[in-house]
Amino acid sequence: MQKIAVPLLAIVVFLIFWEALVWINDWPNYKMASPSDLWPAFWKFRYLFFDYGWDTLWRTVVGLMLAVVVGVALGMIMGFSKTMRDALYPLLVGFNAIPKATVVPIIALIFVGQHDLNTVLIAFMISFFPIAVSVSIGLSTLEPEYRDILRALGASKMMIFWKIALPKTLPEFFGALKVSVTLAFIGTNLMEIVSPHGRGLGALFDSGKTNADYPLMFAVLIALAVLGIVLYYVVVVLEKIFAGWAERYD
Amino acid sequence: MHKDSIEIKDVFHVYETQTGPLPVLKNLSLTFPKNSFTAVVGPSGCGKSTLTRLISGLLIPDSGSVSIFGEKIEKPRASVGMAFQNPVLLEWRTILQNVILPLEIVGSTLSTNQRKERARHLLKLVGLEEFEDKRPSELSGGMRQRASLCRALMHKPEVLILDEPFGALDAFTREDLWQVMHMLRKEEPFTGVLITHDLRESVFLTDQVVVLSGRPAATQYILDIPNLNERSLDDLYTPQTIEMLNNLRLQIKIAQQRD
Repeated sequence: MQKIAVPLLAIVVFLIFWEALVWINDWPNYKMASPSDLWPAFWKFRYLFFDYGWDTLWRTVVGLMLAVVVGVALGMIMGFSKTMRDALYPLLVGFNAIPKATVVPIIALIFVGQHDLNTVLIAFMISFFPIAVSVSIGLSTLEPEYRDILRALGASKMMIFWKIALPKTLPEFFGALKVSVTLAFIGTNLMEIVSPHGRGLGALFDSGKTNADYPLMFAVLIALAVLGIVLYYVVVVLEKIFAGWAERYD
Repeated sequence: MHKDSIEIKDVFHVYETQTGPLPVLKNLSLTFPKNSFTAVVGPSGCGKSTLTRLISGLLIPDSGSVSIFGEKIEKPRASVGMAFQNPVLLEWRTILQNVILPLEIVGSTLSTNQRKERARHLLKLVGLEEFEDKRPSELSGGMRQRASLCRALMHKPEVLILDEPFGALDAFTREDLWQVMHMLRKEEPFTGVLITHDLRESVFLTDQVVVLSGRPAATQYILDIPNLNERSLDDLYTPQTIEMLNNLRLQIKIAQQRD
């Protein structure tokens, strides 16, 4: 009960504060739209919100799934082989250091017109790094005794991975996934805002800007926040199911 | 090669380190008769753990041979059970599931129910019968070590290797577990090798104490201790035991000075 009531109350207080700020300062809606302006903007474009919200959602999820597959694979390669870790780490760090906003136009040009692919790619590129790093650290810091316990019984490498390395890395993996899910979401929107004639909430935001419909822009921001929260908590639920043992109750 | 003992014969082993080769075992020969319990003591870093890795087949010596009951060891074999100072229980499994783990590796013919029955039997022996559904993080250090011993014995290994399993426990818990060890050995006989720094532990638990010299390790001294099956904690304070302890202490001092 408290777990739901407290955050809800916090949101209500935040909205009241926001509304009051706009009223007291008498800001016009192109400077700062108030919460009460948002609902009409949303209602007017509600079909677009659902259509484009869905676009943004599935692109983010597909990009994230790609990031999980590639990130886990890279993490395993770096986690099991010190040589590969030495070889790949600087490359990955360098790649991660490039602001993805600068990659957006490059990707948009390489795959010109393939809007879905572009968006998924950026969502993937921005979000695989934490997963790769966490998995590789989880695997490479596995205490040798854990491996010896199974190896002494004649277990194969694959068996050691399934029985010990993989489950032991899950808490780190989910920690990284929580970061990655937000990053992937940012990546999706970057591409949607930049690409001309695109779809998705980013494109809706851009059209709000073009038409000077400021309440619409703010309504998109709120919709993005809602989607972001939903995605984040999906990961939290998955974490509880697959790595709930790592939680300490004390 | 003897059919009824573990034999370590003329073993040399050198580790390659960043600062050059580091010889750890030099011309080491030891014999552990079947169903005996041997303690290996010696200065720290003298190669005791290397010895356990050789017997378990995790490590192959540079030269010389290790054989268990007439069979030369060239890779790990399922007839060995191990427990370390760190109980290394799997946090995501319950205690019962942790104890069952070895059977999942060695390909046992037991059914799921038979496995559980065996695990419960062992847990009961060490006094953990009410904790089978707990996670390792909910248990004390001593209880975790008990569970770790059960896991090491789960697949009925012929050889049990203990690498300082009681080293991190407080004195009272340690004495408790010494008695558990005696009881387990009587219930399920095994050939035991115990690495330890605690001379009282070696004298109380085993019937043969091997003192290794400093690195590279060779046999420095062997002490036979009678009456393995009739020990009580009070025996630790008899004059004979104190004499044995003094003797061992002296030998370790000599071993330390050697290099």
